[in-house]
Amino acid sequence: MEEYALILISTILVNNFVLVKFLGLCPFLGVSSKVETAVGMGMATTFVLTLSSILSYLVNDYLLTPLDIEYLRTIAFILVIAVVVQFTEMVMHKTSPVLYQLLGIFLPLITTNCAVLGVALLNIQEDHNFIESALYGFGAAAGFSLVLVLFAAVRERIDVADVPLPFKGSAVAMITAGLMSMAFMGFAGLVSV
Amino acid sequence: MITAIVAISLLALFFGLLLGYSNIRFHVEEDPIAEKVNDLLPQSQCGQCGYPGCLPYAEAVAKGEAPINMCPPGGESTMLSLSELLGVEPMPMDAVAEEDAGRKVAVIDEQVCIGCTVCIKACPVDAILGATKQMHTVISEECTGCEKCMEPCPVDCITMEKERPDVGSWVWPFPADGQPCEVAEVKVAQDDATEIEERKAA
Repeated sequence: MEEYALILISTILVNNFVLVKFLGLCPFLGVSSKVETAVGMGMATTFVLTLSSILSYLVNDYLLTPLDIEYLRTIAFILVIAVVVQFTEMVMHKTSPVLYQLLGIFLPLITTNCAVLGVALLNIQEDHNFIESALYGFGAAAGFSLVLVLFAAVRERIDVADVPLPFKGSAVAMITAGLMSMAFMGFAGLVSV
Repeated sequence: MITAIVAISLLALFFGLLLGYSNIRFHVEEDPIAEKVNDLLPQSQCGQCGYPGCLPYAEAVAKGEAPINMCPPGGESTMLSLSELLGVEPMPMDAVAEEDAGRKVAVIDEQVCIGCTVCIKACPVDAILGATKQMHTVISEECTGCEKCMEPCPVDCITMEKERPDVGSWVWPFPADGQPCEVAEVKVAQDDATEIEERKAA
Protein backbone atom coordinates (compact mmCIF):
# COMPACT_ATOMS: atom_id res chain seq x y z
CA MET A 1 0.00 0.00 0.00
CA GLU A 2 2.81 2.33 0.97
CA GLU A 3 4.45 1.62 -2.34
CA TYR A 4 1.37 2.72 -4.27
CA ALA A 5 1.19 5.97 -2.33
CA LEU A 6 4.84 6.53 -3.07
CA ILE A 7 4.28 6.00 -6.79
CA LEU A 8 1.55 8.64 -6.75
CA ILE A 9 3.60 11.18 -4.81
CA SER A 10 6.60 10.47 -6.96
CA THR A 11 4.83 10.96 -10.29
CA ILE A 12 2.72 13.94 -9.23
CA LEU A 13 5.31 15.98 -7.36
CA VAL A 14 8.84 14.63 -7.19
CA ASN A 15 9.28 13.28 -10.72
CA ASN A 16 6.65 15.47 -12.33
CA PHE A 17 6.52 14.61 -16.01
CA VAL A 18 6.34 18.17 -17.26
CA LEU A 19 8.57 20.12 -14.92
CA VAL A 20 11.15 17.50 -13.96
CA LYS A 21 11.20 15.04 -16.87
CA PHE A 22 10.26 17.65 -19.48
CA LEU A 23 7.76 15.46 -21.29
CA GLY A 24 4.54 16.81 -22.77
CA LEU A 25 5.71 20.38 -23.13
CA CYS A 26 3.66 21.04 -26.27
CA PRO A 27 0.22 21.01 -24.61
CA PHE A 28 1.79 22.53 -21.49
CA LEU A 29 2.52 25.71 -23.44
CA GLY A 30 -0.26 25.36 -26.01
CA VAL A 31 -3.36 24.84 -23.89
CA SER A 32 -2.42 26.88 -20.86
CA SER A 33 -3.77 30.29 -21.80
CA LYS A 34 -7.10 29.74 -20.02
CA VAL A 35 -7.84 27.82 -16.83
CA GLU A 36 -11.05 26.34 -18.25
CA THR A 37 -9.37 24.74 -21.24
CA ALA A 38 -6.48 23.66 -19.04
CA VAL A 39 -8.88 21.80 -16.74
CA GLY A 40 -10.56 20.17 -19.73
CA MET A 41 -7.25 19.19 -21.27
CA GLY A 42 -6.08 17.86 -17.92
CA MET A 43 -9.16 15.66 -17.59
CA ALA A 44 -8.90 14.37 -21.16
CA THR A 45 -5.20 13.61 -20.72
CA THR A 46 -5.83 11.89 -17.40
CA PHE A 47 -8.41 9.63 -19.00
CA VAL A 48 -6.23 8.85 -22.01
CA LEU A 49 -3.05 8.34 -20.01
CA THR A 50 -4.55 6.01 -17.44
CA LEU A 51 -6.32 3.94 -20.06
CA SER A 52 -3.37 3.81 -22.43
CA SER A 53 -0.90 2.81 -19.72
CA ILE A 54 -3.21 -0.04 -18.67
CA LEU A 55 -3.77 -1.14 -22.26
CA SER A 56 -0.12 -0.91 -23.20
CA TYR A 57 0.77 -2.98 -20.16
CA LEU A 58 -1.73 -5.63 -21.28
CA VAL A 59 -0.51 -5.55 -24.87
CA ASN A 60 3.08 -5.85 -23.74
CA ASP A 61 2.47 -8.66 -21.25
CA TYR A 62 -0.03 -10.78 -23.16
CA LEU A 63 0.98 -10.17 -26.76
CA LEU A 64 4.51 -8.88 -27.20
CA THR A 65 6.36 -10.82 -24.48
CA PRO A 66 4.82 -14.29 -25.16
CA LEU A 67 5.46 -13.91 -28.91
CA ASP A 68 8.96 -12.60 -28.26
CA ILE A 69 8.44 -9.47 -30.33
CA GLU A 70 9.31 -6.83 -27.74
CA TYR A 71 11.22 -4.90 -30.37
CA LEU A 72 7.84 -3.80 -31.78
CA ARG A 73 6.95 -2.17 -28.47
CA THR A 74 7.07 1.43 -29.66
CA ILE A 75 4.91 0.89 -32.72
CA ALA A 76 2.40 -1.20 -30.79
CA PHE A 77 2.17 1.43 -28.04
CA ILE A 78 1.66 4.22 -30.54
CA LEU A 79 -1.17 2.17 -32.03
CA VAL A 80 -2.73 1.76 -28.59
CA ILE A 81 -2.43 5.47 -27.79
CA ALA A 82 -3.89 6.56 -31.13
CA VAL A 83 -6.87 4.27 -30.63
CA VAL A 84 -7.49 5.47 -27.07
CA VAL A 85 -7.34 9.11 -28.19
CA GLN A 86 -9.74 8.48 -31.07
CA PHE A 87 -12.07 6.66 -28.73
CA THR A 88 -11.93 9.48 -26.18
CA GLU A 89 -12.66 12.00 -28.91
CA MET A 90 -15.75 10.10 -30.03
CA VAL A 91 -17.06 9.64 -26.50
CA MET A 92 -16.43 13.28 -25.66
CA HIS A 93 -18.11 14.45 -28.86
CA LYS A 94 -21.15 12.47 -27.82
CA THR A 95 -21.26 13.24 -24.12
CA SER A 96 -19.85 16.75 -23.79
CA PRO A 97 -20.01 18.87 -26.97
CA VAL A 98 -18.94 21.98 -25.02
CA LEU A 99 -15.71 20.37 -23.86
CA TYR A 100 -15.24 19.00 -27.37
CA GLN A 101 -15.44 22.49 -28.86
CA LEU A 102 -13.27 23.94 -26.11
CA LEU A 103 -10.43 21.48 -26.62
CA GLY A 104 -10.65 21.72 -30.38
CA ILE A 105 -7.48 20.66 -32.09
CA PHE A 106 -5.70 19.83 -28.85
CA LEU A 107 -7.56 16.58 -28.40
CA PRO A 108 -5.86 14.80 -31.32
CA LEU A 109 -2.66 16.41 -30.04
CA ILE A 110 -2.76 14.06 -27.03
CA THR A 111 -1.63 11.40 -29.50
CA THR A 112 1.64 13.21 -29.98
CA ASN A 113 1.97 14.11 -26.31
CA CYS A 114 5.25 12.40 -25.58
CA ALA A 115 4.30 11.98 -21.92
CA VAL A 116 1.74 9.36 -22.98
CA LEU A 117 4.25 7.23 -24.84
CA GLY A 118 6.84 8.04 -22.18
CA VAL A 119 4.67 6.60 -19.41
CA ALA A 120 3.99 3.42 -21.40
CA LEU A 121 7.68 2.85 -22.07
CA LEU A 122 8.81 3.78 -18.54
CA ASN A 123 6.30 1.29 -17.14
CA ILE A 124 8.10 -1.49 -18.98
CA GLN A 125 11.52 -0.14 -18.13
CA GLU A 126 10.78 -0.05 -14.42
CA ASP A 127 9.09 -3.48 -14.37
CA HIS A 128 5.77 -2.25 -13.02
CA ASN A 129 2.98 -4.74 -12.47
CA PHE A 130 -0.61 -4.11 -13.56
CA ILE A 131 -1.74 -1.93 -10.66
CA GLU A 132 1.55 -0.08 -10.54
CA SER A 133 1.28 0.69 -14.27
CA ALA A 134 -2.23 2.04 -13.87
CA LEU A 135 -1.20 4.14 -10.87
CA TYR A 136 1.93 5.37 -12.64
CA GLY A 137 -0.17 6.46 -15.62
CA PHE A 138 -2.79 8.11 -13.45
CA GLY A 139 -0.16 9.83 -11.30
CA ALA A 140 1.69 11.14 -14.33
CA ALA A 141 -1.55 12.54 -15.72
CA ALA A 142 -2.56 14.03 -12.37
CA GLY A 143 0.84 15.72 -12.15
CA PHE A 144 0.48 16.96 -15.71
CA SER A 145 -3.00 18.34 -14.99
CA LEU A 146 -1.89 19.96 -11.74
CA VAL A 147 1.00 21.76 -13.39
CA LEU A 148 -1.10 22.68 -16.43
CA VAL A 149 -3.84 24.27 -14.31
CA LEU A 150 -1.33 26.08 -12.08
CA PHE A 151 0.51 27.38 -15.11
CA ALA A 152 -2.72 28.48 -16.80
CA ALA A 153 -3.72 30.38 -13.67
CA VAL A 154 -0.33 32.09 -13.56
CA ARG A 155 -0.59 32.97 -17.24
CA GLU A 156 -4.03 34.50 -16.76
CA ARG A 157 -2.54 36.78 -14.12
CA ILE A 158 0.43 37.61 -16.31
CA ASP A 159 -1.91 38.64 -19.14
CA VAL A 160 -3.12 41.60 -17.11
CA ALA A 161 0.24 42.37 -15.54
CA ASP A 162 2.52 45.07 -16.86
CA VAL A 163 5.18 42.96 -18.56
CA PRO A 164 8.12 44.75 -20.18
CA LEU A 165 7.72 44.76 -23.96
CA PRO A 166 10.60 42.39 -24.85
CA PHE A 167 9.19 39.74 -22.50
CA LYS A 168 5.57 39.93 -23.60
CA GLY A 169 3.73 36.79 -24.72
CA SER A 170 5.58 33.50 -25.06
CA ALA A 171 8.83 34.81 -23.60
CA VAL A 172 7.38 35.46 -20.18
CA ALA A 173 5.50 32.14 -20.37
CA MET A 174 8.80 30.34 -20.92
CA ILE A 175 10.42 32.17 -18.02
CA THR A 176 7.45 31.30 -15.81
CA ALA A 177 7.71 27.65 -16.83
CA GLY A 178 11.40 27.68 -15.94
CA LEU A 179 10.71 29.22 -12.53
CA MET A 180 7.98 26.66 -11.87
CA SER A 181 10.35 23.89 -12.82
CA MET A 182 12.91 25.21 -10.37
CA ALA A 183 10.25 25.43 -7.69
CA PHE A 184 9.35 21.78 -8.30
CA MET A 185 12.96 20.82 -7.73
CA GLY A 186 12.19 21.62 -4.12
CA PHE A 187 10.13 18.42 -3.94
CA ALA A 188 13.22 16.34 -4.73
CA GLY A 189 13.92 15.56 -1.09
CA LEU A 190 10.27 14.95 -0.16
CA VAL A 191 10.50 11.17 -0.15
CA SER A 192 13.51 8.95 -0.50
CA VAL A 193 12.73 5.83 -2.50
CA MET B 1 9.09 -12.33 -38.55
CA ILE B 2 5.76 -13.77 -39.70
CA THR B 3 4.55 -13.87 -36.08
CA ALA B 4 5.38 -10.21 -35.69
CA ILE B 5 3.50 -9.20 -38.83
CA VAL B 6 0.47 -11.32 -37.97
CA ALA B 7 0.40 -10.16 -34.35
CA ILE B 8 0.58 -6.46 -35.17
CA SER B 9 -1.95 -6.83 -37.99
CA LEU B 10 -4.37 -8.63 -35.70
CA LEU B 11 -3.88 -5.97 -33.05
CA ALA B 12 -4.57 -3.25 -35.62
CA LEU B 13 -7.59 -5.14 -36.92
CA PHE B 14 -8.99 -5.48 -33.42
CA PHE B 15 -8.53 -1.79 -32.70
CA GLY B 16 -10.00 -0.92 -36.09
CA LEU B 17 -13.11 -2.94 -35.35
CA LEU B 18 -13.38 -1.35 -31.92
CA LEU B 19 -13.18 2.15 -33.40
CA GLY B 20 -15.61 1.26 -36.15
CA TYR B 21 -18.11 0.00 -33.62
CA SER B 22 -17.74 3.00 -31.34
CA ASN B 23 -18.10 5.29 -34.34
CA ILE B 24 -21.57 3.84 -34.87
CA ARG B 25 -22.35 3.58 -31.17
CA PHE B 26 -21.30 7.15 -30.34
CA HIS B 27 -22.45 8.71 -33.58
CA VAL B 28 -23.37 12.37 -33.16
CA GLU B 29 -26.15 13.82 -35.22
CA GLU B 30 -24.81 17.11 -36.47
CA ASP B 31 -27.34 19.59 -37.74
CA PRO B 32 -26.83 19.30 -41.51
CA ILE B 33 -28.58 22.61 -42.15
CA ALA B 34 -26.33 24.51 -39.77
CA GLU B 35 -23.30 23.15 -41.61
CA LYS B 36 -24.69 24.19 -44.98
CA VAL B 37 -25.48 27.66 -43.64
CA ASN B 38 -22.01 27.86 -42.17
CA ASP B 39 -20.50 27.04 -45.56
CA LEU B 40 -22.27 30.04 -47.08
CA LEU B 41 -21.03 32.51 -44.48
CA PRO B 42 -17.81 34.43 -45.14
CA GLN B 43 -15.97 32.93 -42.10
CA SER B 44 -14.39 36.22 -41.13
CA GLN B 45 -15.62 35.59 -37.54
CA CYS B 46 -16.21 39.33 -37.15
CA GLY B 47 -19.16 39.11 -34.78
CA GLN B 48 -21.16 41.92 -36.41
CA CYS B 49 -24.20 39.65 -36.37
CA GLY B 50 -24.09 39.67 -32.56
CA TYR B 51 -22.96 36.04 -32.33
CA PRO B 52 -19.44 35.07 -31.27
CA GLY B 53 -18.59 33.73 -34.72
CA CYS B 54 -19.89 32.39 -37.99
CA LEU B 55 -20.74 28.91 -36.69
CA PRO B 56 -22.93 30.12 -33.78
CA TYR B 57 -24.76 32.45 -36.16
CA ALA B 58 -25.21 29.57 -38.62
CA GLU B 59 -26.65 27.41 -35.84
CA ALA B 60 -29.05 30.18 -34.83
CA VAL B 61 -30.14 30.66 -38.44
CA ALA B 62 -30.66 26.93 -38.87
CA LYS B 63 -32.84 26.85 -35.78
CA GLY B 64 -34.78 29.82 -37.07
CA GLU B 65 -33.75 31.97 -34.12
CA ALA B 66 -31.96 34.58 -36.17
CA PRO B 67 -32.96 36.37 -39.38
CA ILE B 68 -30.84 35.74 -42.45
CA ASN B 69 -29.91 39.37 -43.05
CA MET B 70 -27.48 39.94 -40.21
CA CYS B 71 -24.19 39.32 -41.95
CA PRO B 72 -22.76 42.61 -43.24
CA PRO B 73 -19.49 41.16 -44.62
CA GLY B 74 -21.45 38.63 -46.67
CA GLY B 75 -23.76 41.36 -47.87
CA GLU B 76 -26.76 40.87 -50.06
CA SER B 77 -25.36 37.93 -51.99
CA THR B 78 -24.97 35.84 -48.82
CA MET B 79 -28.48 36.80 -47.72
CA LEU B 80 -29.86 35.74 -51.12
CA SER B 81 -28.09 32.39 -51.12
CA LEU B 82 -29.27 31.81 -47.54
CA SER B 83 -32.85 32.56 -48.53
CA GLU B 84 -32.50 30.14 -51.43
CA LEU B 85 -31.10 27.42 -49.17
CA LEU B 86 -33.66 27.82 -46.42
CA GLY B 87 -36.62 28.69 -48.61
CA VAL B 88 -37.38 31.95 -46.81
CA GLU B 89 -38.29 35.23 -48.40
CA PRO B 90 -35.30 37.43 -49.12
CA MET B 91 -35.28 40.34 -46.70
CA PRO B 92 -33.48 43.64 -46.92
CA MET B 93 -30.13 43.82 -45.22
CA ASP B 94 -29.99 45.36 -41.74
CA ALA B 95 -31.51 48.76 -41.20
CA VAL B 96 -28.10 50.34 -40.79
CA ALA B 97 -26.85 48.92 -44.03
CA GLU B 98 -30.06 49.99 -45.74
CA GLU B 99 -29.64 53.56 -44.61
CA ASP B 100 -26.38 54.31 -46.31
CA ALA B 101 -26.88 51.77 -49.08
CA GLY B 102 -23.68 50.29 -50.27
CA ARG B 103 -20.72 48.47 -48.94
CA LYS B 104 -18.51 50.16 -46.42
CA VAL B 105 -14.81 49.63 -46.47
CA ALA B 106 -12.04 50.60 -44.08
CA VAL B 107 -9.93 53.55 -45.08
CA ILE B 108 -6.61 54.37 -43.43
CA ASP B 109 -5.68 58.01 -43.03
CA GLU B 110 -2.18 57.69 -44.36
CA GLN B 111 -1.10 61.02 -42.86
CA VAL B 112 -1.77 59.74 -39.36
CA CYS B 113 -0.73 56.09 -39.74
CA ILE B 114 2.41 55.29 -37.75
CA GLY B 115 3.02 51.92 -39.39
CA CYS B 116 2.59 49.74 -36.32
CA THR B 117 1.17 46.71 -38.26
CA VAL B 118 -1.43 46.08 -35.54
CA CYS B 119 -4.32 46.41 -37.99
CA ILE B 120 -2.63 44.01 -40.43
CA LYS B 121 -2.67 41.32 -37.75
CA ALA B 122 -6.29 42.08 -36.89
CA CYS B 123 -7.56 41.84 -40.48
CA PRO B 124 -9.21 38.46 -41.01
CA VAL B 125 -9.05 38.65 -44.81
CA ASP B 126 -5.54 40.10 -45.29
CA ALA B 127 -6.88 43.21 -46.94
CA ILE B 128 -4.36 45.58 -45.34
CA LEU B 129 -1.03 46.14 -46.99
CA GLY B 130 2.01 47.57 -45.24
CA ALA B 131 5.14 46.90 -43.24
CA THR B 132 6.63 48.04 -39.95
CA LYS B 133 7.21 51.82 -39.89
CA GLN B 134 5.70 52.07 -43.38
CA MET B 135 2.25 53.49 -43.80
CA HIS B 136 -0.49 50.96 -44.48
CA THR B 137 -3.31 50.97 -46.93
CA VAL B 138 -6.50 48.99 -47.42
CA ILE B 139 -7.16 47.01 -50.57
CA SER B 140 -10.78 48.01 -50.83
CA GLU B 141 -11.83 45.12 -53.09
CA GLU B 142 -10.64 42.67 -50.43
CA CYS B 143 -12.09 44.55 -47.45
CA THR B 144 -15.29 43.02 -46.06
CA GLY B 145 -16.06 45.98 -43.81
CA CYS B 146 -15.92 43.91 -40.65
CA GLU B 147 -14.49 46.82 -38.60
CA LYS B 148 -12.06 44.54 -36.78
CA CYS B 149 -9.10 46.78 -37.62
CA MET B 150 -10.64 49.90 -36.07
CA GLU B 151 -10.39 48.96 -32.42
CA PRO B 152 -6.72 47.95 -32.22
CA CYS B 153 -5.42 51.01 -34.10
CA PRO B 154 -3.44 53.05 -31.54
CA VAL B 155 -3.86 56.34 -33.38
CA ASP B 156 -7.47 55.84 -34.55
CA CYS B 157 -6.61 56.53 -38.15
CA ILE B 158 -9.02 53.95 -39.60
CA THR B 159 -12.51 54.99 -40.60
CA MET B 160 -15.30 53.16 -42.33
CA GLU B 161 -16.24 54.90 -45.53
CA LYS B 162 -18.65 54.20 -48.28
CA GLU B 163 -16.94 52.55 -51.16
CA ARG B 164 -16.70 54.89 -54.10
CA PRO B 165 -18.31 53.32 -57.13
CA ASP B 166 -15.92 52.48 -59.91
CA VAL B 167 -16.54 51.14 -63.39
CA GLY B 168 -16.98 47.63 -62.02
CA SER B 169 -19.32 48.35 -59.11
CA TRP B 170 -21.43 51.24 -60.34
CA VAL B 171 -25.05 50.34 -60.91
CA TRP B 172 -27.80 52.35 -62.47
CA PRO B 173 -29.75 53.80 -59.53
CA PHE B 174 -33.38 52.79 -59.49
CA PRO B 175 -35.85 55.26 -58.09
CA ALA B 176 -37.29 53.82 -54.86
CA ASP B 177 -41.00 54.13 -54.05
CA GLY B 178 -41.57 56.98 -56.42
CA GLN B 179 -38.91 59.08 -54.72
CA PRO B 180 -36.67 61.01 -57.04
CA CYS B 181 -33.55 58.94 -57.47
CA GLU B 182 -30.36 59.98 -55.81
CA VAL B 183 -27.56 59.54 -58.24
CA ALA B 184 -24.44 58.28 -56.56
CA GLU B 185 -22.20 60.36 -58.80
CA VAL B 186 -23.93 63.55 -57.75
CA LYS B 187 -23.53 62.68 -54.07
CA VAL B 188 -19.84 62.02 -54.50
CA ALA B 189 -19.48 65.33 -56.30
CA GLN B 190 -21.29 67.05 -53.43
CA ASP B 191 -19.02 65.38 -50.91
CA ASP B 192 -16.03 66.67 -52.81
CA ALA B 193 -17.48 70.15 -52.96
CA THR B 194 -18.04 70.30 -49.19
CA GLU B 195 -14.56 68.97 -48.65
CA ILE B 196 -13.04 71.70 -50.76
CA GLU B 197 -15.08 74.31 -48.93
CA GLU B 198 -13.97 72.96 -45.61
CA ARG B 199 -10.36 73.13 -46.65
CA LYS B 200 -10.84 76.70 -47.80
CA ALA B 201 -12.38 77.62 -44.49
CA ALA B 202 -9.44 76.07 -42.68
